[in-house]
Amino acid sequence: MKILVCISNVPDTTSKINFVDENTLFDTNGVQFIINPNDEFGLTRAIWMKQQQSAEVTVVTVGDNSCESTLRKCLAIGADNAIRIDLKPTDGFQVAKQLARICQETIYDIIIAGRESIDYNGAMVPGMLAALLDYNFVTNCVALDVEGENAQASREIDGGIEIISCQLPLIIGAQKGLVEEKDLIIPNMRGIMQARQKPLKVIEPTEDEIKSSILKFEKPIPKGEVKLVPADDIDQLIDLLHNEANVI
Amino acid sequence: MSVIIYAESENGKIKKSAFELASYGYEIASEMNVPLIAVTFNQDEVESLGTYGIEKVIKFKGPSISNFTALQYAENIALIAKENEAKIIILSSSANAKYLAPKLSITLSAGYASNVIALPEKLQPLTVKRTCFTNKAFNFCSLSNEVNIVGLSNNSYEIKENPKSIEIIEKDSSSTETTLKVEKLEKSSGKVTIADADVVVSGGRGLKGPENWHLIEDLADTLGGATACSKPVSDMGWRPHSEHVGQTGKPVASNLYIAIGVSGAIQHLAGVNSSKVKVVINNDPEAPFFKAADYGIVGDAFEVIPKLTKKLKEFKSK
Repeated sequence: MKILVCISNVPDTTSKINFVDENTLFDTNGVQFIINPNDEFGLTRAIWMKQQQSAEVTVVTVGDNSCESTLRKCLAIGADNAIRIDLKPTDGFQVAKQLARICQETIYDIIIAGRESIDYNGAMVPGMLAALLDYNFVTNCVALDVEGENAQASREIDGGIEIISCQLPLIIGAQKGLVEEKDLIIPNMRGIMQARQKPLKVIEPTEDEIKSSILKFEKPIPKGEVKLVPADDIDQLIDLLHNEANVI
Repeated sequence: MSVIIYAESENGKIKKSAFELASYGYEIASEMNVPLIAVTFNQDEVESLGTYGIEKVIKFKGPSISNFTALQYAENIALIAKENEAKIIILSSSANAKYLAPKLSITLSAGYASNVIALPEKLQPLTVKRTCFTNKAFNFCSLSNEVNIVGLSNNSYEIKENPKSIEIIEKDSSSTETTLKVEKLEKSSGKVTIADADVVVSGGRGLKGPENWHLIEDLADTLGGATACSKPVSDMGWRPHSEHVGQTGKPVASNLYIAIGVSGAIQHLAGVNSSKVKVVINNDPEAPFFKAADYGIVGDAFEVIPKLTKKLKEFKSK
């Protein structure tokens, strides 16, 4: 079984978000980059399939060479090899197109990508990739079992769970629940040493088509002071919510 | 040419988000001087859509759409989009809408922007404001394609009445061959979901244990709202992770968000940024959440919540 895990290199969840060049560019100054959390849940699930079902796990990212430390971390966690498509992405469709090419050259049984990245939150790459390849697709995936040619996957829906069965190949949009936070693998020294020897292939992008572009960024207007209400004056809070905020 | 909305329904009723899409779509369609069309699936009553500016409803029926499937629904919407030369297709931010949007985008070679929070800045080329960095920032995104898809964030556009007489067309759904089958749907009936809720009541570690969650549930029930929790609470297994709101959990865009015993980690604050009014109850006056709140009470959750629930019940019965 061959598994491809698509990785996005994103700012750490605690990062302060700032912009430069007249708010047209994300300010990476002092920002630590990590594996997109939704991708990491997926990667961990893939490593389990490697351990239990002897799957081969490849990780891929579309990005410039600043993404390589994140890819090395994926290798240290247990992926067998890595691919970097040398293109700084600006659009989800563009990423899906680049990934589709990799998947046409090598057939993967399961392709895992985070349901969305925590930086641009486009939530489109896995679904577009599935549509381009005409593969089965389950997003917001919180459980996955694969046996032979068949898979069962659970999708978190608004207010419940949907259990889906299908044949491989399958693309899933991973999220928390597929594995839990405590299941995430922290690379040990042996893993880190081995990662240095594992293959990381850099390939050139093909045709570069985009469907959207970001013109500029904006930060939210800072909030005014909080209005504190004494704990023994609940009536005042209800009055404020009713008459001032108009929410009850 | 036309503007199309995918009007979602549940238990025989059109969802509130569909009326938001209709109101939003009406502004765009009027500006473009084209008709506004709604697509529904397995929904009998559609006349209410006319109140919000819809001129034509395409009702899909048939065995292949008895359950939602992204593939089949996307194919049907794409068909209507092609027949009516849609320029803009507007979807909600529900789990289902986000599931089918990428498929629809590829089928129609359309651009797609999710998490859009306002009317377009410009129609030529289509330029929309959307949230990014999990609500820590916004970006203006331009989509220069023949057809574009806008994913509108729930609760970001106010419902407006624009009564129209509607034409209703029934259509049988096509049936695409696929090995993908929905085996089972487990849904808690009658419960308000975080995605659809006007009010969300959220509990953190300050609640001390899952056995105290009836306090959160009672308060949420009183307000007709949904319950949610912080990341540590879901990590410790006190609550299901489907209730976890924050950067790696669910975003919340309710009118009112009440956080109790939640300190307000930056990731949690990001997830709830789109909520309009935030109330924080915490016994620690230094809790970072107070800086992001509109109203706050410094006090013991176990004393404040029952009092608040009781007073709200009295208020509601007035």
